[in-house]
Amino acid sequence: MAKGGLDAQARQGYTLIAPPFLYALLILAAPLLTILTYSFLTDGYLEVVRDFTWANYVQVWTDPIVRTVMLRSLMVSALVTLVTVLLAFPVAYYVSFLVRPEKKSLWLFLITIPFWTSYLIRVFLWKVILGYNGVINSSLTGLGIIDEPLTFILYNVNSIVITLAHAYAPFAILPIFVALEKIDRSLLEAGRDLGESRAMTFWRVTLPLAMPGVLAAVLIVFIPTIGDYVTPELIGGGKIPMIANLIQVQMLALDNRPLGSALAVTAMAIVALVSIVFLLINRRFLKVRS
Amino acid sequence: MTDDRKPMIECRGVHKHYGDYHALRGIDLTIRAGEFFSLLGPSGCGKTTLLRTIAGFEDISDGAILIDQKRMDEVPANKRPTNMVFQSYAIFPHLTVAQNVAFGLRRDPRGKAEKAALVEEALAMVGLRGYGNRAAHALSGGQRQRVALARALILKPKVLLLDEPLSALDRKMREQMQVELIKLQRQVGITFVLVTHDQEEALVMSDRIAVMFEGEIAQLDGPEALYARPANRRVADFIGVMNFLPAQILGEAGGTVTVEVPGLGIVELPDRQVSRANPDDAGPTIGFRPETMTLVGPAQTHSQPRETSATIDEVVYYGDMTYYDLRLDGAAAVDGKARPVRISMRNVFGRDVQEVGTRTRLAWSPGSLVLFR
Repeated sequence: MAKGGLDAQARQGYTLIAPPFLYALLILAAPLLTILTYSFLTDGYLEVVRDFTWANYVQVWTDPIVRTVMLRSLMVSALVTLVTVLLAFPVAYYVSFLVRPEKKSLWLFLITIPFWTSYLIRVFLWKVILGYNGVINSSLTGLGIIDEPLTFILYNVNSIVITLAHAYAPFAILPIFVALEKIDRSLLEAGRDLGESRAMTFWRVTLPLAMPGVLAAVLIVFIPTIGDYVTPELIGGGKIPMIANLIQVQMLALDNRPLGSALAVTAMAIVALVSIVFLLINRRFLKVRS
Repeated sequence: MTDDRKPMIECRGVHKHYGDYHALRGIDLTIRAGEFFSLLGPSGCGKTTLLRTIAGFEDISDGAILIDQKRMDEVPANKRPTNMVFQSYAIFPHLTVAQNVAFGLRRDPRGKAEKAALVEEALAMVGLRGYGNRAAHALSGGQRQRVALARALILKPKVLLLDEPLSALDRKMREQMQVELIKLQRQVGITFVLVTHDQEEALVMSDRIAVMFEGEIAQLDGPEALYARPANRRVADFIGVMNFLPAQILGEAGGTVTVEVPGLGIVELPDRQVSRANPDDAGPTIGFRPETMTLVGPAQTHSQPRETSATIDEVVYYGDMTYYDLRLDGAAAVDGKARPVRISMRNVFGRDVQEVGTRTRLAWSPGSLVLFR
């Protein structure tokens, strides 16, 4: 009787998740499998030959250009993540600890305002701000502070970091804010009561308890930025490609879909590895709070 | 109780404003070293605010607080010789029990092994020997409280502040912890300041109690004095159960007040049974505790000087006790109804529980009455 009831409940559950599951299977798993399959096939001229080969992976893992671009992608997105999280933490801290409770939702609302504009437009706006004849350079030259436009702010890694850090700031602020909100304020008083200054209380109590939010922010920023295509293309001027740009070139421009697929699978594997490391670290912090 | 112990905490004209709200209205208070002191009052009376100003979590708007004869005006919470047991216990969830207890020892110059021994000793003191490696979040409410106690006491503060520490525990646990806290306080000799809204808890545990209403201290006394001679009607009503009967003052001479109480008759009360600190104009009122009067059966004799007849209105049976609501013959009617008085009788062997509607006699002595005027 009980078993039958459970089965009915399970059936109902499966029925409920079936449509989204099929949808996910169709648009997520199927392309992934296609890419995975492609990556083991041979490239013919303008077509994919159905011969199994490891050659694509051998090339990906030995080609110095791929290695340079891959390392640059990792480095740039690590830098973006670092800058974003370091800038997001004070904002989240301010909203959680210093903004009056009734004003908090207004602040969160304001933080999401950049999302009202398309990602592409925001990236393009940074080009206008940072460009050779952009807002910064023309103001500085106009004021006579510099004689010729600054070049280190556009078409290089700095500009990519600035643009992406701005674009992903809300993604980092929100999880850190949530983690900070969950901290029982009496814990901070207890830290002070037990003889620690505000700074030490922050270091010994607030920060460890905010770590799940910080690590979530790291993952949320790191994973999409490593595969970002638009910003390096527009802000980087196409001169400093990241892995996504390389994949695009192989897939479309050079029409080498097997190699492009092998690149994509490799990038995915590296991101997955980094993510797993962070998830394992996060589990240590999360275990404490359950 | 000797009063020669040196003052540990002195509050001098302490005021606290939150915007328009006047939370503390001129608190003058001296807590002596080694005392178990309670701040008692209903919620919103300012008792927790006062505790937090002593701890340094709240600034005071006016006045001064001295701890161990030093002014605390400029001393931040982390530099005060006080430690607090928080209402929520505030156990750090990311640390083990031992790490929680050792939290305040970071700048202690002693070695690691020595600190570990101190932690174990502190845990043993609160009955948690061997719990050091447990995760803090795996503890029960009672255990959390013990960790909070150990964490504060390991620092040997001059004053331990306890903010409603027992309110989250169930009744059995609470009563057990009350006794343990008293023993612990005697053992360590540290001044304890307890905030509570539970009058029973305050009476059980404290050497002295300050009863607070609306940011002011209404009475500061030992438990017995507080219970037997409440300073005003409000304190009397807050501490335990007290019956109130309207009275009429007939005369006053030679340190004695003569009053007529409908239902009890004319009584003469010496000055020490008269409370004059009643700002409300409810008129003179006689108060007495339920256990100070005795029901007497028809054939029974008693040694009390006075006797009144009454009818039993209601019987509430508690196992060890029975509460009787009585209508006194000739009692004054309030709003057209005679207000019943409540009498408690211990259910000793051989004494039957009376029934509703029974006519009975009530034996009492004028010495148990208090006049509020």
